[in-house]
Amino acid sequence: MDFQEVDRTLEKYDHKHSAIISILQDVQGIENYLSEETLRYISERLELSLTRIFDIATFYKAFSLVPRGRHTIKACCGTACHLGGAVRNLDQIERILHVKEGETTDDRMFSLETVNCLGACALAPVIVVDDDYYDGVTPGKIEKILSAYRTESER
Amino acid sequence: MKRISSIVDLENLRESILQKRGSKKTIIRLCLSTGCRAQKSVKVIEALEDEITKQGLQDKVAIKKTGCHGFCEMGPIMVIEPANIFYRQVKPKDVGDIISETVLHGNVVKRLLWKDPQTKELTNTEHDLPVYKKQKKNISYNSGKIDPTDIDDYLAVGGYSALGKALTTMTPAQVVETVVSSGLRGRGGGGFPTGIKWRICSAAPGDIKYIIANGDEGDPGAFMDRSLMEGDPHSIIEGMIIGAFAIGASEGFIYVRKEYPIAIDHLAIAIRQAEKCGLLGNNILSTGFDFTIKIDRGAGAFVCGEETALMISIEGRSGTPRSRPPYPAFEGLWGKPTILNNVETFGNIPKIISKGSDWYSSIGTKKSKGTKIFSLVGKVRNTGLVEVEMGTTLREMIFDIGGGIRKGKRFKAVQTGGPSGGCIPISKIDMPVDYDSLREAGAIMGSGGMIVMDETSCMVDVARYFIHFLLFESCGKCVPCREGLKQMHEILTNICEGRGEKRDIKILTELAHFMTTASLCGLGATAPNPVLSTIRYFRNEYEAHIYDKKCSAGVCKNLFEYVIDEELCNGCTLCKVKCPEQAISGKRKEPHRIDVQKCIKCGICFSLCKREAVRVK
Ligand SMILES: Cc1cc2nc3c(=O)[nH]c(=O)nc-3n(C[C@H](O)[C@H](O)[C@H](O)COP(=O)(O)O)c2cc1C
Ligand code: SF4
Repeated sequence: MDFQEVDRTLEKYDHKHSAIISILQDVQGIENYLSEETLRYISERLELSLTRIFDIATFYKAFSLVPRGRHTIKACCGTACHLGGAVRNLDQIERILHVKEGETTDDRMFSLETVNCLGACALAPVIVVDDDYYDGVTPGKIEKILSAYRTESER
Repeated sequence: MKRISSIVDLENLRESILQKRGSKKTIIRLCLSTGCRAQKSVKVIEALEDEITKQGLQDKVAIKKTGCHGFCEMGPIMVIEPANIFYRQVKPKDVGDIISETVLHGNVVKRLLWKDPQTKELTNTEHDLPVYKKQKKNISYNSGKIDPTDIDDYLAVGGYSALGKALTTMTPAQVVETVVSSGLRGRGGGGFPTGIKWRICSAAPGDIKYIIANGDEGDPGAFMDRSLMEGDPHSIIEGMIIGAFAIGASEGFIYVRKEYPIAIDHLAIAIRQAEKCGLLGNNILSTGFDFTIKIDRGAGAFVCGEETALMISIEGRSGTPRSRPPYPAFEGLWGKPTILNNVETFGNIPKIISKGSDWYSSIGTKKSKGTKIFSLVGKVRNTGLVEVEMGTTLREMIFDIGGGIRKGKRFKAVQTGGPSGGCIPISKIDMPVDYDSLREAGAIMGSGGMIVMDETSCMVDVARYFIHFLLFESCGKCVPCREGLKQMHEILTNICEGRGEKRDIKILTELAHFMTTASLCGLGATAPNPVLSTIRYFRNEYEAHIYDKKCSAGVCKNLFEYVIDEELCNGCTLCKVKCPEQAISGKRKEPHRIDVQKCIKCGICFSLCKREAVRVK
């Protein structure tokens, strides 16, 4: 981990303790997760207890303490998506990738997450892979959606 | 950008913007909000820009990147001014025709017009669209019309004139009393009268006060706050500045969930622009009033939408609610008197100040004033955002505006108010939508989510869905909520999986009573609403699950089977090919069959069959 970038982030927020949530969000943006090493470093630099930082990093869902895969699949589980069959889609993704929500495939290709609502309810059910939105998803379409990312990465 | 240092400056600037815009250019408005962006509107913009350059039309045509029009399902949405031509589902390949036909020759491209699914009639212009006819766009008026990243656009439609009026012609107390007499109630869920809250806070002792806009929008299935923040951020900022002036705050925060990156971006741009023009910062409009706004990003915790938790989160700790009193109006952020309002509540303020409280209170019902934006989603034909006068009936919203239920199915219920709300059945479809009627019916207005359900929605599953949602979002601080949700979830899961018992409904009702009375915050106290309202109106479905072990909606996997209707099946083999378990057999052109032993109920055949021959039994 390159701590220079972490230092820049701490600088940006003036080393303020009250900005810890924003700091962790920005730092997570660098590596896509928060390693123990990083959390310890932040704790030292801010002179803020590791317990407090760990409390925050585990309370808020946005933070991940484990590395994520190359592609992140977000299956929206908002109410509109749920009614549209989000559970069936999620089951199908889990079946194809052999992972449960919150997990990463062994080859580190995909991480599967569920989100409460992406605010794209008119397009339900929605899944988002990296930054690409797929609307009106049904179990039958999943294989095709995912295979595009596989072949793209193989190339 | 020049600093605006007086009300005269403000009006002069507005005048000069309008004059500059007087030219007879064709303006192509295209939505770049989350909904349309998800449907690739960025690609359309790129194609448009290319085509305009290629044909050398830069002086004749301007592109305006706008926020949400509300009719999200039909995205990407394009409107061409001055003729107000409305095109839907525009693709990059349509751009050539749009320029050569519509822009250069004034002809409409028929295939891009909206077509009524029943009458097959085409609609040419945005004003004439039936979905907008029964709406009253007041707060969402600018979204879809202006470029939210350009303060000039907001100024051109009269933006910041309410601020000018408040700061230069009114006292803080007059602002508070105007909001009180407008009858505005908070749009964040509870419906507390906004003016009264402001009055309490302005009377609270203390030199330092804060004002916060709640843009956390945790309710799954609602996105009106997102659209407002993306499409008209300045209206929220203007409302906040007026509120800060009224209560005597000099610092403000907007708390936005991180799942809304575009909203955060647009708000940040708007704040920067307002600072540059001197509408935020020191000595605003030379009145000696100072005010700044910062954005705080939520980090994915539903409970942080609750006011005390939100403030604790801004302070940089894990956001668990605390007991009230003391209320935030006395002791809020960092222990100082604080006003927290929903972003849509703030969006109402400039209108109330500009047009007066009499005008505002003439709209709506006796106790619910003004208009409200709802996100109408689920099984309706026209999904998207709708803004209606308070008191509009559910029937008008779902059938006249929403166009009725999709695929010719039957309406079953509408869920309002998200996880704190309830399900309203067909028997109450003529009910007016206002705070009090909804509460009486066992639901709440909430933030404005309105999710329509049909015969394929299982009401026990819906109740379980919300309890599951809350189970993971409960902060765990108090026992009734933490343990109550766990028990409710277990019982509901048992019912959905075929292990329901006779006593379950009674236990659920008792638990609900306990949670409502004893929970520390609104999350636990309102959590039982989805369960209670479904038991109240759909008890028969609970009983069918418990006694007959049947889920007629085809949702609870253990309680139904898929079968193929032999009369309808034409043996196309599609389902057989796609079934991951090889559970379907049959020859080409002959009816197929599903082997119930092998079927895992993944639903692929059900979703694929074009003849709807796969049925739930
Ligand atoms: C669990 C919980 C979640 C809430 N989430 C939100 C939210 O996402 N947005 C919101 O504006 N209000 C939310 N509220 C309501 C706020 O606590 C607060 O009442 C509201 O923001 C006040 O604004 P208003 O008076 O303008 O309605 C939530 C309340 C609870 C108990
Ligand atoms: S009711 Fe639930 S969310 Fe609210 S404080 Fe108690 S445990 Fe936390």
